[in-house]
Amino acid sequence: MSSDAKKVLSSPIVDNNPIALQVLGICSALAVTSSMANALVMTLAVVMVTAFSNLFISTIRNHIPSSVRIIVQMAIIASLVIVVDQVLKAFSYQLSKELSVFVGLIITNCIVMGRAEAFAMKEKPMVSFLDGIGNGLGYGFILMLVAFFRELFGFGTIFGIEILPLVQNDGWYQANGLLVLPFSSFFIIGLIIWAIRQWKPEQVEKD
Amino acid sequence: MSNNKETFGKTVGFVFAVCIVCAALVSVSAVQLKPRQVANKLLDKQTLVLEAAGLQDKAAGNIVATYNKYVEARMIDLETGKFVEGNPDLFEERRNARDPKKSEKLANDPAGINRQANEAVIYLVHDDAGKVASIVLPIVGSGLWDLMYGYVGLEADLNTVKNVVYSDHKETPGLGAEVMNPKWKALWPGKRIYNGKGEPVVNLVKGGADANDVHGVDALSGATLTSNGVTRTLQFWFGEQGYKPFIAANRGSL
Repeated sequence: MSSDAKKVLSSPIVDNNPIALQVLGICSALAVTSSMANALVMTLAVVMVTAFSNLFISTIRNHIPSSVRIIVQMAIIASLVIVVDQVLKAFSYQLSKELSVFVGLIITNCIVMGRAEAFAMKEKPMVSFLDGIGNGLGYGFILMLVAFFRELFGFGTIFGIEILPLVQNDGWYQANGLLVLPFSSFFIIGLIIWAIRQWKPEQVEKD
Repeated sequence: MSNNKETFGKTVGFVFAVCIVCAALVSVSAVQLKPRQVANKLLDKQTLVLEAAGLQDKAAGNIVATYNKYVEARMIDLETGKFVEGNPDLFEERRNARDPKKSEKLANDPAGINRQANEAVIYLVHDDAGKVASIVLPIVGSGLWDLMYGYVGLEADLNTVKNVVYSDHKETPGLGAEVMNPKWKALWPGKRIYNGKGEPVVNLVKGGADANDVHGVDALSGATLTSNGVTRTLQFWFGEQGYKPFIAANRGSL
């Protein structure tokens, strides 16, 4: 793999993270991060959708009439999301029940559309595909991090395995009720953005 | 950008082609995966019925075989309480409850379900000798945020609870969603639905039920509205508008 390809794949994870730097896809990051299993499945779904939508859009980029390009992108993204939703329902029914409408809402996730418009419309298919995977992983990285804190301190578990025994199960840990609610992700995402910008000050916007 | 791809004809043609390809992709995946999705849904329901009947340990992962061996689904008319003809596999409670021909708007609606289907599917669970050992009855009622769907398993006396199992709900995680907590579910076995006069008096008791109270179960802490919803749902479904006619007609004769 050339160093360019590596950079395309790895830079969205920290240097150009879709949530932390581009501030896209916040809505679903609030909704699906109550447990790590949900966040992982959502990550996989988004990686698949961004990668393949980038690939297909980039493949036909020279033929897409610019007057209808957004609609064409939407048609491709929507089809991919439906397929992912169908696959989840067929192979992971319990998780698809929990994720419910949020898989369908990947269609409206700005990361997918943003990468299609900003990257895949200009670049070659393979590098666009990698960019899609990279951005999906960057999104997933933040998702997993948020879910880690929410599940550990909200339910006392990691991937459903008990780490901190809860009071209602005769343990000692009083669960943090705030963290089980979606909006608590705002605080966690905010803290993550702060931490990343402390580490990489070049991400801080100039006034 | 070259101009030749921006003509009206080419644009329409391109969009049409993209639509055909996308439509083909979606339809193929939907058709190919349908059997698996149906099987998943059925498995989910069968697991819940077995859990309500207290057979999930016996099933030990072999849900379908255990279900087919012990469980018999029958349709009943809720008003008369009699068994009626019909294919329970084709019955969809949620769709029927919205169909004006197959449901009624409730004047007295303590469970907050708005419309109730006229018929219901119940599950007779047999023992190895083929006798009815327990029955499983589906219930639905409003919690705090939305309708909560579940199943109640009763012993053959049609009064003693085996299990109360919720399947679908949108209650607050950590509070109302504790209806799914195994520790709370474990409070149910042995509780009685009806008192001596045949009134459905089972209820959730705020602050904790007395150990000798055969009709009371601890309410969910921090979730008063969900707890009230569960109480109302149970009292509604085991009352005159729910399964009481069926239970009265079949007590001791199943």
